Amino acid sequence: MRSAQHWDAIIVGAGHNGLVAACYLARAGLKVLVLERQPYIGGAAVSRRLYKDFTYSNCSYVCSLLRPEIMRTLELPKHGLQIIPYEGGCTMMQGGGHLALYDNHDALRREIARHSKRDAEAYDRYSRDVMRQCKFIKPLLMREPPDPTSFKPRDLQEMLYLGKRFHGLGEARMYDTLRFWTMSAADFLDEYFESEIVKAHFAGSSIIGTALGPRSPGTAYVLLHHYMGDIDDTVGAWGFARGGMGAVSNALGASFAASGGTIRSAAPVAQIQVKHGRASAVVLEDGEQITARLVISNLDVRRTFLKIMDANDLPDEFLRQVKNFKIRGSSGKLNIALDGLPRFPAIPEGSPSTRGDMHVTDTIEMMERAYDDWKDGRWSRAPYIDMLIPSQIDPTMVPDGKHYMSVFVQYCPYRLAEGEWTAAKRQAFGDTVINTIARHSPNFKELILHAEIRTPWDIENEVGLTEGNIFQGELTMDQLLFNRPLPGYAQYRGPVKGMYMCGSSTHPGGGVMGAPGANAARAVLRDLKLAH
Amino acid sequence: MPNHGVTPAHYDCVVIGAGHNGLICAAGLAGKGRSVLVLEAAAEVGGAASTREFAPGFRVSAGAHLLHLMPADLLRDLQLESHGLNWAAQRMPTTALLPDAAALALSPGAANRAGLSAADASAYAAYSARMRRFAAALAPVFSRIPPRLGSAAWSDRLALLRIGWQIRKLGRREMRELLRIGAMNVYDLLEESFDSAALKGALGLDAVLGANFGPRSPGTVLTLLYRLAAESAAGDLGLSQPKGGMGALCNALAKAAVAAGAIIRTAAPVAKILVEADRACGVVLESGERIMAPNVISSADPKTTFLKLLGTAHLDTGFARRVNHIRSNGLAAKLHIALNRAPPFQGLSETALRGRLLIAPSLEYIEHAYNHAKYGEFSASPVMEITVPSINDPGLAPAGHHVLSAIVQYAPYALKESWEKGRQRFLDSALDTLERFAPGLRGCIVAAEVLTPADMEQEFRLSGGHWHHGDLGLDQILMLRPVPGAAQYRTPVEGLFLCGAGCHPGGGVMGVAGRNAAQQVLKWGSS
Repeated sequence: MRSAQHWDAIIVGAGHNGLVAACYLARAGLKVLVLERQPYIGGAAVSRRLYKDFTYSNCSYVCSLLRPEIMRTLELPKHGLQIIPYEGGCTMMQGGGHLALYDNHDALRREIARHSKRDAEAYDRYSRDVMRQCKFIKPLLMREPPDPTSFKPRDLQEMLYLGKRFHGLGEARMYDTLRFWTMSAADFLDEYFESEIVKAHFAGSSIIGTALGPRSPGTAYVLLHHYMGDIDDTVGAWGFARGGMGAVSNALGASFAASGGTIRSAAPVAQIQVKHGRASAVVLEDGEQITARLVISNLDVRRTFLKIMDANDLPDEFLRQVKNFKIRGSSGKLNIALDGLPRFPAIPEGSPSTRGDMHVTDTIEMMERAYDDWKDGRWSRAPYIDMLIPSQIDPTMVPDGKHYMSVFVQYCPYRLAEGEWTAAKRQAFGDTVINTIARHSPNFKELILHAEIRTPWDIENEVGLTEGNIFQGELTMDQLLFNRPLPGYAQYRGPVKGMYMCGSSTHPGGGVMGAPGANAARAVLRDLKLAH
Repeated sequence: MPNHGVTPAHYDCVVIGAGHNGLICAAGLAGKGRSVLVLEAAAEVGGAASTREFAPGFRVSAGAHLLHLMPADLLRDLQLESHGLNWAAQRMPTTALLPDAAALALSPGAANRAGLSAADASAYAAYSARMRRFAAALAPVFSRIPPRLGSAAWSDRLALLRIGWQIRKLGRREMRELLRIGAMNVYDLLEESFDSAALKGALGLDAVLGANFGPRSPGTVLTLLYRLAAESAAGDLGLSQPKGGMGALCNALAKAAVAAGAIIRTAAPVAKILVEADRACGVVLESGERIMAPNVISSADPKTTFLKLLGTAHLDTGFARRVNHIRSNGLAAKLHIALNRAPPFQGLSETALRGRLLIAPSLEYIEHAYNHAKYGEFSASPVMEITVPSINDPGLAPAGHHVLSAIVQYAPYALKESWEKGRQRFLDSALDTLERFAPGLRGCIVAAEVLTPADMEQEFRLSGGHWHHGDLGLDQILMLRPVPGAAQYRTPVEGLFLCGAGCHPGGGVMGVAGRNAAQQVLKWGSS
């Protein structure tokens, strides 16, 4: 079977990066087809109804990192995207009490002072230093990394740009930056804070989605990665997408359609075909062949090159690198339908703390021990959780009076030391998480109407992310910038002509950011000699 | 020559501490005609690089027990052999001990053990060749004074370019590989390369020996390359054992310094560094004696130097904070055992017993041992680097008797239960572990002692008891070591210099810091 139509570009996978790339290419006048395996678009950024009238953001659950320039250029607000900032956040303590988080800097300082006066003062220094690092890195997100081994003018120019930016920091800040990129989150936070709860709260974002503990060098950068977002120009702010994370994908889909693009869902790609050293077509699982000038994969590099490409079309050395790419399942997810709003005795009545991210890990040691469990191939007995109840702010997600809770869980292994995942083990994992929450909320268990439990294995099977890794590859120094995804292939171009990569496996990595998609589209347009 | 008179004694340079770095620095300065006084708190020279009689008639190197990092040209220039240094053994082999299996012998390029697959054996040859290539590329960076970043000086810019050039010279493929693995953890690198758990464990240990890391900690490939680069810079001499222990090396260094014209005073602990008009001008001893010198060079660790001897009053807050945050809590303990016979290690050849023995049967074993250390605990199954120095050097023990010396990890400086309470249990777990590989060992013990990091802090005035005066992590090496602003052996206080292991390139009995510091004093100090 062969479809008559010929496309300029086929994008494999309708995740947010695939859609972002598709939008930019369609806007430049290309005829673009997006192929999606599932009957719905969005990949991991989806809203789904799995239980009655409850809408779950069942993988990705919050929004912050989506680049504002992408949002503006693709007119996402016009296409229905609305982002509502968190109103607060908190970490509850094991023995009662809590640390509340406010978006108001002064209010937050006063709250920190409740735990340590010294830390309240250090907080100013901390936020200043972190923002400084963000300011340094942000402009790099939307650029194509250079190849440091190349003497091509573009690479040299880009190396020079990096060098100049770095040099522009001044001597003292250069050292700070070097240290920042190489430190562990625990050591980094120790340089500012003394209170365990304050350190534990800030350390949370250093381990989310990462197969590392807060004491592993390099996690200070992961912490920063989560600060890179801005909502309405508030740096580092996080928010909910109205209608769940699917709203992001739907807005991208609508923007793409408005530019004349075509999406085919329930159209799984079996293979990217290479002819005379050039990607020339894709074959769907039902045998249909669709030809195109270019093929762009939104899938992670392992899945792209090991599953839907023929090893004979790829260089051996390249394949070896792909096999060594680190992409590890370390996170689980629970989506819970609730009969009402759970009570959290540690949090004062009426506090905005429940209308943001809630945590129950109050020491770095607890987090590190949770990681030790993962290293030994079992889920954390006392996991780190990032828990939200978006229905408080967005009532469209649930029936009247009911609530939806999203619980992100770190750590949960893709492979258990004791053998394959089974339904019973999945339930036991879910129970561990539910019991962890119930220790802080006496009426939580009786409110549960339905709970969807997702292990890395489930995420891989549904979304297609290898090992269920939410970033499409670890965010460690050996896989960042010109090393992402692979040394020598950090410029969005695959090892065969006409083949590109646009997923989070590429620079600057995961989170619903859209930068890889936009950067890949720019690389394509440059190769086609079309202005971006 | 003590001087309690009204006019204090006056020298060009005062060196605080007669460890190997202090002595090498003193020899370098005296050799250039400076008048140099070395002040040592202990009754003998050597610091942590000394030989210790831990039981009557049984002597052993108190800290490091093997020499492999001291550059060949340094040994030659100081003519240590004519100052009494002899070798009990050179180019010693390494053998990994394995429970219920034949030991694994390792030498660069060849790994031998019954049961090692052909694939692993050839992967090992490729791996060690590649790592040696990388180490050789990094070696020049390693021996030189680290450049400052953002400096307008051509010497700094050239040094940075040289680093870039060294790496680029490797060629595209190798350069990419170095840039990738440089930030990785050693666990992943070894998993990529080998199947044999024993081989991976043995190779992984070198990345974490003396470090506050487990094999899964990112950056451990770099700590391994760092060690290999140091060995490469030293001229790949292999492992050697000075006759008479490490103390004999320092005695020879002291003789070389004295021959060059330096004066060494032992039992003369420094209490304070004197500062006048914002510059260092001498020291006060604990006895109250003042000694004046326009150049004060400290081989003490940076925390001791800046926080105790100098005092934060002379530093700006940002700098003082950075010094406070140097990670310098030690994790390595030293175990010394006096034996009434050679230790009964199972199935070891005579040659193997003369070399370095490792207990690190797998990467998981090391990682589990490390897990405990993160929480201020120690593991019941520690990792060890063992030597039996009396086999090569019978003079260290009474006739027919032997001493066993082992570095035992991990032993956190700040043990939760306190070392007072934990010491005996720690010793027992180390002896039980040894017993598994040398059944009957316990029955041969005449005496045994453990030096914990807390003991080393006391004994050698080493804050945190850290062998390297501070972790060798990515954020504490090169121009970040010990802290920015003091990474070129100079400090914010004019006339005060550093020359210890806290500086680039770090610890191990290497001496490069002492040699580089002498260069900086000659260039920037007052004469």
